[in-house]
Amino acid sequence: MTDFLNALTLLGNFLIIPGLTYGSQLALGALGVTLVYGVLRFSNFGHGETMAFGAMVTILVTWGLQSVGISIQPLPTALLAIPVGIAVTVLLTLLLDRFVYRYHRERKANPVIFLIVSIGVMFFLGGLIRFIIGPGDQIFFDGTRFILKAREFKQLTGLDEGLSLKMTQAVTIVTAVMIVAAMFWFLNHTRTGKSMRAYSDNENLALLSGINPDRVVMITWILVAALATIAGTLYGLDKSFKPFVYMQLLLPIFASAIVGGVGNPIGAIAGGYVIAFSELILTFAYKKVVLYLGPESMEVESLVQFLGTDYKIAVSFIILVIVLIIKPTGLFSGKTI
Amino acid sequence: MKKTALAMATAAILGSSLALAGGHAKSVKLGVVLGFTGPAESLAESMARGAELAMKEVSASKLLLDGATVSHVRADSTCVDASAAAAAAERVIASDKVDAIIGALCSGATISILQNVAMPKGVLLFSPSATSPALSTLEDNDLFFRASPSDARQGQVISEVLQEKGIKSIAMTYTNNDYGKGLADSIQSNFEALGGKVTINTPHEDGKGDYGAEVGALAQAGGDILVVVGYLDQGGKGIIQSSLDAGAFDQFFLPDAMIGDSLVQAIGPDLNGSIGTVPGTDSNGAQIYADLAKKDGFEAGPYSPEAYDAAALTLLAMQAANSKDSNAVKAKIFDVANAPGTKILPGELAKGLQILKDGGQIDYVGATAVELIGAGESAGSYREILVKDGKNTTVRYR
Repeated sequence: MTDFLNALTLLGNFLIIPGLTYGSQLALGALGVTLVYGVLRFSNFGHGETMAFGAMVTILVTWGLQSVGISIQPLPTALLAIPVGIAVTVLLTLLLDRFVYRYHRERKANPVIFLIVSIGVMFFLGGLIRFIIGPGDQIFFDGTRFILKAREFKQLTGLDEGLSLKMTQAVTIVTAVMIVAAMFWFLNHTRTGKSMRAYSDNENLALLSGINPDRVVMITWILVAALATIAGTLYGLDKSFKPFVYMQLLLPIFASAIVGGVGNPIGAIAGGYVIAFSELILTFAYKKVVLYLGPESMEVESLVQFLGTDYKIAVSFIILVIVLIIKPTGLFSGKTI
Repeated sequence: MKKTALAMATAAILGSSLALAGGHAKSVKLGVVLGFTGPAESLAESMARGAELAMKEVSASKLLLDGATVSHVRADSTCVDASAAAAAAERVIASDKVDAIIGALCSGATISILQNVAMPKGVLLFSPSATSPALSTLEDNDLFFRASPSDARQGQVISEVLQEKGIKSIAMTYTNNDYGKGLADSIQSNFEALGGKVTINTPHEDGKGDYGAEVGALAQAGGDILVVVGYLDQGGKGIIQSSLDAGAFDQFFLPDAMIGDSLVQAIGPDLNGSIGTVPGTDSNGAQIYADLAKKDGFEAGPYSPEAYDAAALTLLAMQAANSKDSNAVKAKIFDVANAPGTKILPGELAKGLQILKDGGQIDYVGATAVELIGAGESAGSYREILVKDGKNTTVRYR
């Protein structure tokens, strides 16, 4: 029994909690990508940098708050700064839409043009971010670091394995659940949300029924900016804020959106967790788990690992390819690309 | 009267051109090509200041060659970008016309500069801190020297420290480059030869946001201590932070590139009790150098003494060769670095220059008690580090 609990704790500590955290971060990112795809009908490669931009503004505001001594112990001050981050990022996305995307939308440009334009936006934002905050690591976490420390858990339960829960992990998971719930409520129960879905479903029919397209586009960008800022800040809080990292996040985020069915919000969330857990499950070394669960006398020499941790990013790639071959519409049948 | 003036001017011009032909000069220029950006950037500034301190001292003495002044030009070799390193070295040689290069900081950058620039151009390259064992055997036309010991030696020292602490098994992760792989392999073979067990020896990439998966694998392999052969401003820090967060390891072994104030500050009290090694010596040269550095307005960080020694040895060898031509200078480096001769400590470069000028011999001790062996690398003495109360403290020298 103790062995079983030990194995369970081990998996909880290295797989389940990190997986849930990472999955939540991906899900929030993928939700933003999927909204743009559903309503504006293009793959927004600038999303990773939008996340970084939102996180950057939040960090700058956090530093401002810290310097005047405002904090919300034991929670990180950054949570207090997020609304400002969202406001500035909304301004950015609306400006980008006004001066970049609207031109192409009015000419009914091919989605490929949009995609290339968004790559341009990605490089522009990347440069802007590094210009403002620099390319280095930024630490903006404060408040209590741990809710549960591995060592305390061991003392508490008497098990050999420890379980640690960081404040940032808990905050990430709780925030993600709240945001996702609010998002669904908005899309399904408000007039604006319904008009967005209508517009996404059939543009011409929506226009005929008197839905204002400019308004739908604006609301979409506002939501995307909010989601990006929250996702970016949570990722930065939990891991570390480094501008380059957000560009690397783009692949798993797109993989999540496509695996779940691009354009489908439920799919984006499911996809986020599928990608996060596949990456972790396939690159995790199960040596100790096997030792705990296997017979007493068993000797395990190897690490019992499917793939080296270097291949983590390849996992999302492989899943992406498999899904595109076998079920291009994704698990929850979004629109095919 | 006019004629005399003309004759004197002619003589002066002739004289100076003759002097130039003989390699003599009124000015010597050294390139300081270090990784000012990249994963070890926090070390670079103090190293550059060290090298420049030696140049300033020589310059002020007015004893080098024909009373030459020494100037320097800095260039960024980065740490991981081999082509950027070669381009930086190319630039200081082609456009700044340097006579020798002090650099680079990281092994990969150093190998790139040596093979792509220094050897084809015939320019002396003296690294303060490249430690990859590969550099001991690489073809170099005798143009390459280093003031740091090879990691083959560090691996041996680390294994001995680990064994003395009673550590039987280690988990190890290394930064995926020439330095990391070289040192990790050296530690593994030495530690296993002493009867220890390496549960895992796996690479990590620098510059990632999240090292959870890497730490997961390390934790499963287990071990008494985690040996982090990485960089203190990069993946090394990420691995340690992530291990502490997950409660995977409590104690870490920190090789040379992980020793620095920025790491203990970033990690905080959880790092207390971790151990490490960094090249260092208890000769009074180190203390003299630390004081000199303080007077000059900087802190003598890791590899800063080596940088001072690298620059000092290069300039002293120029004096011994009576030329600033790299091909003449390279033959004299061993002569000035090793016995026999008068011992020269930091701050005594003028004395050394004078002895060489008078045809005497010197044994440069410098800030790191440098003794060159093999293909031109330091024999290597190490400082054993214990992180205590948020500071890197010295346990002893070995």
